[in-house]
Amino acid sequence: MALTLLRGIRTPTLFRRNAGLFFTTIHPPLSSFTTRAESVQATESKAAPKSIQLATKEAAEHKTQGFEAVIGIETHVQLSTVTKAFCSCPYNYGSQPNSTVCPTCMGHPGTLPVLNAKVVECAVKLGLALNCEISMTSKFDRKQYFYPDLPKGYQISQFDIPIAKEGYLDLDLPVEFGGGHRRFGVTRVHMEEDAGKLLHSESGSYSQVDLNRAGVPLLEIVSEPDMRTGIEAAEYGAEIQRLVRYLGVSNGNMQEGSLRCDVNVSVRPVGQSKFGTKVEIKNMNSFSAINRAIDYEISRQIVLHKEGQADQIVQETRLWDESSQKTFTMRKKEGLADYRYFPEPDLPEIVLTSDYIDEIHKSMPELPEAKRRRYENMGLSMQDVLFLANDDNVARFFDSTLEHDADAKLAANWIMGDIAAYLKNEKLSIDEIKLTPLELSELIASIKNGTISGKIGKEVDLSNLLYSFLLTEYEGGTLSFDSFFIFFDLEFAQK
Amino acid sequence: MPPPLQAQRLLLSHRRLTPSNRRRFTAVSSLPSAPAKTLATGAAPSSILSIRESLLSGERTAADITADYLSRLRRTEPSVRSFIHLADAAAEREAEELDRRIATGGHDAVGPLAGVLVGVKDNLCTANMPSTGGSQILDGYRPAYDATAVRRLREAGAIVVGKTNLDEFGMGSTTEGSGFQVTTNPWDGSRVPGGSSGGSASAVSARQCVVSLGSDTGGSVRQPASFCGVVGLKPTYGRVSRFGLMAYASSLDVVGCFGSSVVDTATVLSVIAGHDKMDSTSSSHDVPDYKSELIPLDLLESKPLNAYYILASSEASSNLSRYDGIRYGRQVSADDLNGLYGGSRANGLGHEVKMRILMGTYALSAGYYDAYYKRAQQVRTLVKKSFNEALERYDILVSPAAPSAAYKIGEKINDPLAMYAGDIMTVNVNLAGLPALVVPCGFVEGGSAGLPVGLQMIGSPFSEGNLLRVGHIFEQTLQNFSFVPPLLAEG
Repeated sequence: MALTLLRGIRTPTLFRRNAGLFFTTIHPPLSSFTTRAESVQATESKAAPKSIQLATKEAAEHKTQGFEAVIGIETHVQLSTVTKAFCSCPYNYGSQPNSTVCPTCMGHPGTLPVLNAKVVECAVKLGLALNCEISMTSKFDRKQYFYPDLPKGYQISQFDIPIAKEGYLDLDLPVEFGGGHRRFGVTRVHMEEDAGKLLHSESGSYSQVDLNRAGVPLLEIVSEPDMRTGIEAAEYGAEIQRLVRYLGVSNGNMQEGSLRCDVNVSVRPVGQSKFGTKVEIKNMNSFSAINRAIDYEISRQIVLHKEGQADQIVQETRLWDESSQKTFTMRKKEGLADYRYFPEPDLPEIVLTSDYIDEIHKSMPELPEAKRRRYENMGLSMQDVLFLANDDNVARFFDSTLEHDADAKLAANWIMGDIAAYLKNEKLSIDEIKLTPLELSELIASIKNGTISGKIGKEVDLSNLLYSFLLTEYEGGTLSFDSFFIFFDLEFAQK
Repeated sequence: MPPPLQAQRLLLSHRRLTPSNRRRFTAVSSLPSAPAKTLATGAAPSSILSIRESLLSGERTAADITADYLSRLRRTEPSVRSFIHLADAAAEREAEELDRRIATGGHDAVGPLAGVLVGVKDNLCTANMPSTGGSQILDGYRPAYDATAVRRLREAGAIVVGKTNLDEFGMGSTTEGSGFQVTTNPWDGSRVPGGSSGGSASAVSARQCVVSLGSDTGGSVRQPASFCGVVGLKPTYGRVSRFGLMAYASSLDVVGCFGSSVVDTATVLSVIAGHDKMDSTSSSHDVPDYKSELIPLDLLESKPLNAYYILASSEASSNLSRYDGIRYGRQVSADDLNGLYGGSRANGLGHEVKMRILMGTYALSAGYYDAYYKRAQQVRTLVKKSFNEALERYDILVSPAAPSAAYKIGEKINDPLAMYAGDIMTVNVNLAGLPALVVPCGFVEGGSAGLPVGLQMIGSPFSEGNLLRVGHIFEQTLQNFSFVPPLLAEG
């Protein structure tokens, strides 16, 4: 009975390790710990596994068909600064339309932009995290076009001298995809302002303009075209999300639009150095969608090549349709837009000092890549490493537990198993749990030194033993009331 | 066409002076500058000072002074038409309010510009008055805020009597480009007041208000000052905040001011100048020491006109993109987006503005940016360099403000290139971002009493103090010239 109980706890039905682990990589572990809004993810996880297996197979197939995919990603990160990039309006996702606006972000006559210094700080932080060269002097430029969500008729952006360039990103692919370390190049990172939002009527006869978002600061990250499969691209996106959350510069939330990825896909015969025609894909709202969209598009292009219709592949923008799981043409080819860039005369040059950059460098936390390597060096399996390192909150809990001299492997098991299940059940996130890392480390120590027997087999009524232990600890004052109940739940309430 | 400037009618010429001349001139300029207080008896009365003294002594009330100006305004306005929007009733109320504050608070209630009526060019935002930029596309538009320059004037006690006429969005040299009305020159009703700040210049010239605000992108304060016989100052780029000035060419625009005397102009500058956190291009520079010698100079060689028009049009084409009928201003409804944009802008924007937007868009287009915009910026660098070199050797450079006196209305309207050629004396100063002061210095034939001509003085960055001091000395040497238009002597 005890054995069954424990085993039942170790692998709870709601938290299947295999699918779950992929799940927590692509939809970062945060999703399994902050369950309030993530029911979408739960339904997605059922759909994902099938196509993921397909995807892995397809990647292999592409190569054998003699084609190679070349993928590049443009990511827009919405910064979570207190005020907008060039005025002092706040921004809160979901506000009443046109309630966080002022004459400046609405492009009224006579208004002028004033740079929010925090934007530069975030840009330098992200540039350093992406191992970029930071430009000591850079400038803003005007990117000009007409659209109702662009109040001034131009977007303040950076054209030829971005604040950071020539960096790279290191990551590990999920274990079920063969794992493996990858390094993807980052061409540039630059600062710009967001546009407003258009809401189209159902009839299509009118559209409404909401300028709440106009002027919100963005960082645009352009990758080198180094990815070759959908899963690589999706993991790149996930790592960017991890980074911006670790750095605290953005919520990195794809559903709310604080992280947006546009993907460029082309194929070429293996061995050819010249790139094929690239197609831009938009409208992917999750990392798994990115994965599926890219793999679909690669197949589509390969099929056209094989049918001798390679000229049907034109440089265009296609939208990913989640319901039909296909890409389709968004607009006919219009030719390249001429944005008539010129330097923004209302803003002075941005000049950085090495002291400034050093200060920011010092303030940066340990980044995911460093964590992963550190955990790997502890002897944990890659699966464990990715689970623990890829969520900032989980990593912090884990590290705190280790600070109290807990055994790394045991701590990992507890966190990934029982605690994860408990949190999912109670719909809590790990930073909300009342169990402290110290208490966890004591429990682990107790198990390790035999206060609670590790030898499960035989007829030992482990549940009673555990119960007695917990009661002793609680009565002795070394275990808090809440923690007692947490353990109680973990061990007994999941029958 | 007024006859070209005749050297003998000018007190100063741009020719190099011979050593004997130079000594004479130096002698003139070494006159001790009269402290402002004694000017009441001198050649260029300071209206601001006399108003201040009257209010402090109780000799006159603000209501009285305001009534005086308003009666002159009402008498002359039907023919001059300086104002697009007149707030005379509000001005009377503010004056009465000021008198009440003086009665209870005494001298504390008298700010540096208390009781001073000002005209504000209509491309400067005023929160309680319409601000059209001289364009139909902003007909009826009321800003939600005051331009910084306007706010500072108000905080100093000034009374804004109305919004003055201009060439649409500052583009033009005669004020004929206004989307609303034609302003006439108080010296000759058949002539233009100059532009684009024509209404601000004519309002001061006709003594409808004491001082006024204008803007200068290529000469738009200095040339009308010359045409209307008033003092006009273009400060250094960055000296006065541009926040609230409807942008024409962001790197060239400055807010400037007009007065009937150098001292009044200087007083307004000291109120409106200074750093503003709402304008990232505004300067924290203090007013520097000034020098008191004026040294003659060879005529400078430069061809800045093309560079100016390319740069200004390029920036304007971008700055005016916001006038699209979507969020404010005139909207012409249509079935699709491009129709709405096209209809609203075609209907709301005037001919000159459209022309410059097209020129600017072209100059910034792919394939042309290098040949036009980039090249123009390079010429700009050369202009700056040549000025810097000259201003290292000399304190002030002197030239006429314009190649001629005021044109007849309608004379240049169909010949844009000829119109642009009139800016030759002024645009180079904007390209270099330098301060310049224009003071009336004489007359040429025309009108019933001659047409005024202005002298331009150019200084190094942030040397307004020096310019004003020299201008003030110069003004005093003109004791025999009265720059009050004959139209005020009538009735």
